[in-house]
Amino acid sequence: MSESPRHGRVHERPSVTDPETVARHREYWRRNIGYVGVLLAVWFTVSYLCGIVFVEPLNGLELPGTHFPLGFWFAQQGAIYVFVVEIFVYVWLMNRLDREFQVDEGSDE
Amino acid sequence: MSVQAWTFVMVGVSFALYIGIAVWSRAASTKDFYVAGKGVSPLANGMATAADWMSAASFISMAGLISFMGYDGSVYLLGWTGGYVLLALLLAPYLRKYGAFTVPDFVGDRYYSQVARIVAVVCAIFVSFTYVAGQMRGVGIVFGRFLEVDVNLGVAIGMAIVFFYAVLGGMKGITYTQVAQYCVLIFAYLVPAIFLSILITGNPIPQLGLGGVDQATGTPLLERLNGLHQELGFAPYTSGVKSRLDVFFITAALMVGTAGLPHVIIRFYTVPRVRDARISVGWALLFIALLYTTAPAVAVFARTNLIASVDEVPYSEVPEWFSNWETTGLVSFEDANQDGLIQYVGPESALTNELTVDRDIMVLANPEIADLPGWVVGLVAAGGLAAALSTAAGLLLVISSAVSHDLLKRSIKPDITEKQELLAARIAAGLAVLVAGYFGMNPPGFVAQVVAFAFGLAASSFFPAIILGIFSKRTTREGAILGMISGIGFTAAYIVFFNFVRPELNTPEHWWLGISPEGIGTLGMLLNFAVTVVVSRITPAPPAQVQVLVDLIRVPRGAGEAHELHV
Repeated sequence: MSESPRHGRVHERPSVTDPETVARHREYWRRNIGYVGVLLAVWFTVSYLCGIVFVEPLNGLELPGTHFPLGFWFAQQGAIYVFVVEIFVYVWLMNRLDREFQVDEGSDE
Repeated sequence: MSVQAWTFVMVGVSFALYIGIAVWSRAASTKDFYVAGKGVSPLANGMATAADWMSAASFISMAGLISFMGYDGSVYLLGWTGGYVLLALLLAPYLRKYGAFTVPDFVGDRYYSQVARIVAVVCAIFVSFTYVAGQMRGVGIVFGRFLEVDVNLGVAIGMAIVFFYAVLGGMKGITYTQVAQYCVLIFAYLVPAIFLSILITGNPIPQLGLGGVDQATGTPLLERLNGLHQELGFAPYTSGVKSRLDVFFITAALMVGTAGLPHVIIRFYTVPRVRDARISVGWALLFIALLYTTAPAVAVFARTNLIASVDEVPYSEVPEWFSNWETTGLVSFEDANQDGLIQYVGPESALTNELTVDRDIMVLANPEIADLPGWVVGLVAAGGLAAALSTAAGLLLVISSAVSHDLLKRSIKPDITEKQELLAARIAAGLAVLVAGYFGMNPPGFVAQVVAFAFGLAASSFFPAIILGIFSKRTTREGAILGMISGIGFTAAYIVFFNFVRPELNTPEHWWLGISPEGIGTLGMLLNFAVTVVVSRITPAPPAQVQVLVDLIRVPRGAGEAHELHV
């Protein structure tokens, strides 16, 4: 390929019928779904469970070292911190996965 | 230098900066105009997204809202940040890989249907217009309060600035001005918050001060505030009064709505690669979190300060900021029992409340409450304007690209040249500014309410169509169209019924399952998902090229950008 994919007006069809590539892409997608599932479970736990559903019982506890009722802290501070960390974890996991399955966009671009 | 002079200087310098950036980053092509040439660095895109996202409401009203809602205010904090996790994990990388210019572009191609494209265009324009009118209003209000300029003149000045950089620079101009606007607004938000935190808790980091000890009494700050609330007959600050179910549904509607708002989604089209799209969501949320974790601290500081400085205080001895803001009508006192003292009490108190406080005052009056220098007041004004202008510009771009690209180029007149399309985009942006300005000057009574509902509408229309388009190859044109129509139709009907048809029934006893109109978008979204999945099972599978397209979207590397396959 003379043109890089990024700038490309490349119209050749990718070889999606090649069974080896198809299997590789399918496995890549399965792993991706796995990551997304786990991260969304964490997302749901810190916001909807800790911050809303179980906020009352958690408010009986204090965040160690501070005077935050724990449930309130999750709802107004903690969940947001976890969200930020989750996205960076996802980026790291996916960049690794992209390289492992040779579907990354390369660093020379 | 007087406060007013400082305000003119701060606002003037920031406006000159925006205009300078606009001149430097003019758009030369439609690619520049729609997606900034796809050459924005992830860090800059993160900042621009944060400015795009945080509107006049986030900057001016949110801390005040939380201040009065206490725990219930969490719906905004969780809802307006958690949506970014959905964006990063489920939308941004795939939409970037697809590589189109607009959201209806993707919907139209993925669902091989002009009808789907038009439905998406109508949803995008509707959601964006309701939102943008509120921003222009915000610009007018900031001008009115800080510079004592007429609100309409304020809107006109704001329009002129946005017109200049949106029409000239398109997405490119907007992106780089938004980067500058983020810096202005976050600095303006943090400075007074840090001062207040030191003043009240002795800790310079507001996020930690919130969980710290109140210096005046030596008790933990939140415990003190709960105590004050109890004394005065308010619900405890850290508990709230809304039902758990409603809090759950409102949070979900705001989260999913955030991930479905077109002006947020298109920001991730502007970066060079898929991996850049992923990480720029991370930067965006980090920059947003800086303000969103500070806001609840500001809310508590301001609330404690307010109660401590006015309750049972003789009216003749109120602090100076109180009298200053009284003239604007944002604070008002009526001595019901004629004792000369201010009684500020809640619904469960035996006494009559005598004080009315507008929520916007919590941020706007902060510098004065904390006795900060005049330049900080000017900074807050410039920050509020930055927040309103940056959001307005992003929304205007969605409207103009929906008209010039989705309607004109992709539907009505596909043979127009690049130059003609760029001209059309500029004209559409210009007209959109004028319409937005008109609504800013003559706000229909329902604008404020409708802005809050824009999220429910976005959640119940776009989100399921895009998610299923990526994650389920079997999703068909018929499924997506019926899903979008039923989702947004149900949500809009519920909202309209309780707010405009029978507003007297808008109380928890009458709501369906106890879900408020703010939270109903979540149910609308579930309905959309259900309809789309069921209809897709019983209609013919999408054509083979579309399934190839979906396969291509799912992997970062591939031949060209996915949309160039011309399915």
